[in-house]
Amino acid sequence: MSELIAQHPILITSIIKVVVLLALFMTMVAYLSWFERKVVARIQSRWGPYRAGPHGLLQPLADGVKFLMKEDPTPAGVDRFVYFLAPFLALSLALCGVAVIPFGPHDVTIFGQRTHLGVADLSIGLLFLFALTSLGVYGVALGGWSSNSKYPLLGGLRSSAQMVSYELAMTLSVVGVLLAAGTFNLQEIISAQKGHILNWFTFALPFPQIIGFFIFFTAAIAETNRLPFDLAEAETELVAGFHTEYSSFKFAMFFIAEYANMVTASLLASLLFLGGWNSPFPQTASFAWTHYLPSALLAVGGLWLIFDGIRYETVLGKILLPVLGLVGLGAAAVVALDGVREVIQGPFWFVGKAVFFLFFYVWVRGTLPRFRYDQLMAFGWKLLFPLALANVIVTSFVMVLKELR
Amino acid sequence: MIETALFFVFAGLAVLAAASLILQRHPIHSALSLIVVMVSLAALYLLLGAEFIAAVQIIVYAGAIMVLFVFVIMLLNAGAEERTSFSRLARYVGIPAGILLTVQLAYTVARAASEQAHRAPAVEPSSTRNLSLMLFREYVLPFELTSVLILVAILGAVVLARREK
Repeated sequence: MSELIAQHPILITSIIKVVVLLALFMTMVAYLSWFERKVVARIQSRWGPYRAGPHGLLQPLADGVKFLMKEDPTPAGVDRFVYFLAPFLALSLALCGVAVIPFGPHDVTIFGQRTHLGVADLSIGLLFLFALTSLGVYGVALGGWSSNSKYPLLGGLRSSAQMVSYELAMTLSVVGVLLAAGTFNLQEIISAQKGHILNWFTFALPFPQIIGFFIFFTAAIAETNRLPFDLAEAETELVAGFHTEYSSFKFAMFFIAEYANMVTASLLASLLFLGGWNSPFPQTASFAWTHYLPSALLAVGGLWLIFDGIRYETVLGKILLPVLGLVGLGAAAVVALDGVREVIQGPFWFVGKAVFFLFFYVWVRGTLPRFRYDQLMAFGWKLLFPLALANVIVTSFVMVLKELR
Repeated sequence: MIETALFFVFAGLAVLAAASLILQRHPIHSALSLIVVMVSLAALYLLLGAEFIAAVQIIVYAGAIMVLFVFVIMLLNAGAEERTSFSRLARYVGIPAGILLTVQLAYTVARAASEQAHRAPAVEPSSTRNLSLMLFREYVLPFELTSVLILVAILGAVVLARREK
């Protein structure tokens, strides 16, 4: 075994990276559910979760325990193999996606091995992600079919038709970016947007991909089965859609998969259209102060948490919030260090943009009503798809004209 | 070494899934087996260094075409099929013909493989760029003809599906 590791040092670094990334990713996914409930509550003038821990911060933990402890009945007449397979398929495909996403331009050193920030650097990174998305339909469709119940079946049918339709528009919408970058490799796509905000593909000359960006994000919301496109669940019509017959941890697997897909889609949107890890500021000496932004943000957040914690009603909050604030201040100091500051720039901007998209997801959910099914199909096929096609044609013309000049 | 092991894993998986595709009684289980075959084939392409083909194999076959299969099976709510006894024609003509075909295929592959072993592999790294250059320069006529063929097929489907007024 040790011989094998000595021969392939990439094995050990990969395992470490997978474990760290998975831990961070799952934490992000768990707190995304808290974030969503809080933001939607604020939009609807409610409080949202606030009983489990200060500001409901322990709610994801409580949910996790609840999912594990609940009884898990299997309905009569289900197709057992497919019924058990579906949530596994959904979750594992959703978790694979983040493996190909690169988080920063700088290499880091683990146990003497220099390695980039990301698990796998594929030459077909983007295609790999699309392949995973196209397989992701099966989790929902098979879950709906195998439940032996009419509402899940309808949900599964709807979702498979919807996802095939929107996949087309989504894939076409990134062709403009691919033409500009000339590669499927995600690292190279990000590097092609180097510099400042006007080099990001959404705004970059010769042909800004702002239409492609709009189509991509709309289709991504539909692909992840989120409101206003969550026809597969549609609780006003289909009880709970494809996961009506699932409970306990099998339901949780669908739930986690949905949120993991949201995170991956947000990362991908920021990577393709908003420059990924590139800072919006020009990389010149007069903008060197922007490298302290992560540190400043952490410091302000930490101070606010301490201030808020002192005033908090419960004893737990009085202890937990200031401790979190102190951790934030400590992190701010670490991030300001010379060696760390440059490495953290990439992940900071990248994840920051993704968090903006996640907020956008929740904002849309809190604002827009659900589409009717025929409206959904007409919107995808009659608006998004022709628009994406036109975008491809115009972009290629502009590219050719630029070559000719 | 790892490549060889992976080849046997995925090749075996493909063969097993193909057998299961025929033997399963429920259409959905057959469709699932076919998806496993497609994904195993994609893995084999990857082992050969054809990354683009592998990704397209999954996106088009496993992701799009098979989703439509599953969709139609779900829509028709097809149940498990009954197993019928072999027809006489299949027993006395089909089985010998199948065996004959297998032997012939195995013989051809074995002969080709022994010839190939003496030759140096003439394969250059198959990047997406090389593939597209081939498609749009050397093979542009067959490529475009295929697209026209598909277009005709789509038009035919639309004409057939359109309701009479």
